[in-house]
Amino acid sequence: MKFAMTGMAAEFEKQTGTSVLVTYGSSGNFFSQIQNGAPFDLFFSADIDYPRKLEAGGLAEPGTLYEYATGRLVIWTPVHSKLDVARLGWQVLLDASVQKISIANPNHAPYGRAAVAALEKAGVYESVKAKLVFGENISQAAQFVQSGNAQAGIIALSLAVSPAMKDGKQWEIPADMHPAIVQGAMVLKNAKDKEAARAFLNYVKSEKGRATMARYGFGFSKGKQEQEKR
Amino acid sequence: MEALWLSFRLAACVAAILLVIGMPVAYWLAYSKWRGKFLLESVVALPLVLPPTVLGFYALVALGPRGPLGKLWFALFGHGLAFTFGGLIIASVLYSFPFAVQPLISSFEAVDRKLLEASAVLGAGGLRTFRRVILPLSLPGVITAVVLTFAHTIGEFGVVLMVGGNLAGVTRTVSIEIYDHVQSLEYAEANRMALVLLAISFGVLAVVYAVNRRVWTPWAAK
Repeated sequence: MKFAMTGMAAEFEKQTGTSVLVTYGSSGNFFSQIQNGAPFDLFFSADIDYPRKLEAGGLAEPGTLYEYATGRLVIWTPVHSKLDVARLGWQVLLDASVQKISIANPNHAPYGRAAVAALEKAGVYESVKAKLVFGENISQAAQFVQSGNAQAGIIALSLAVSPAMKDGKQWEIPADMHPAIVQGAMVLKNAKDKEAARAFLNYVKSEKGRATMARYGFGFSKGKQEQEKR
Repeated sequence: MEALWLSFRLAACVAAILLVIGMPVAYWLAYSKWRGKFLLESVVALPLVLPPTVLGFYALVALGPRGPLGKLWFALFGHGLAFTFGGLIIASVLYSFPFAVQPLISSFEAVDRKLLEASAVLGAGGLRTFRRVILPLSLPGVITAVVLTFAHTIGEFGVVLMVGGNLAGVTRTVSIEIYDHVQSLEYAEANRMALVLLAISFGVLAVVYAVNRRVWTPWAAK
């Protein structure tokens, strides 16, 4: 989200003059912190469960929960890899030269869960299970493969198109191979400037916002229209 | 309690290794009169002030296929060093280095010079003097070094997080597992593991300090 968010924050600031301060981290960490009174105005999660839980716990500004994007997965290898992942797809993971495959921790990272689901759907999970290493979050999973410690990784498309990784080789995993990685955002009840927060969320929902998100590797589910009407 | 056993194994290995490689370093730093000694002392103390994430980051690069150690390891063994128990040991040895060396230095320095001179006059060489005079008198320091290294490695989190890959039974130490539980909102499990670790750690330390009552200030003020 970092690159998409930086882009949108800059655009929003230029447009409205309101400054946007962004803190980046794992959704789970922020979920805990928000529950303990962290002073954020908006929360953009990598999943939909954390925002839903916050809403159920009365920590959200009512009616602001919004599915702002769906995440996409790719199999990524460093540029110097001898394997052509764009052509081989899943077969890359079975190759003997690929000793470690990094994914996000499926226990608490939405991209990790989706990666395991896709591996199972592709029928290769049992064969590659022993090669998996788990990043604390999707960014660390990307870092493991980008540093060469893992020879391949299943990472977010939004990371694969980022400056550090766009030179690598990638293959986009078909969206129907895993449950949708729906990502939710909301204005928090604790927000100091609720109007400005809503304005930014509206920007993200707008054509311009969605164009920026798409450029940085995010998709949108068809259910978007319903959300906007609320 | 696979994770707990893994943590203990890691701590024991690291303490043993650091005792072996720490002694010569501590001996040199304690007795050398080289004017550039402060440089080596600074390097040794570096892990005390470096954030574990910095160390972990450099460890990951060094252990990786582009790093010197990683390349050597791959050439020798055909597989990488990151995400292995061996990789954790190497990273932990670096991270706990000052915790082993500094208590040793303090103890060696505290040995009465007159005894060392007497030993030399009586014809004992450096190694013999070390074995028969310095080491027995430095036992509190040695025990402090072992205990601190062990405890420090048990509690290690940042470095393991950076280079471990969270593999059950291999690199998922108890501190990582507790963090995992918290991240998965399994607070009851996290609490249980944390209490067990707290109790065991406290127990180990209490026994050692009770048995060795003269042990403390790992680095005495000069």
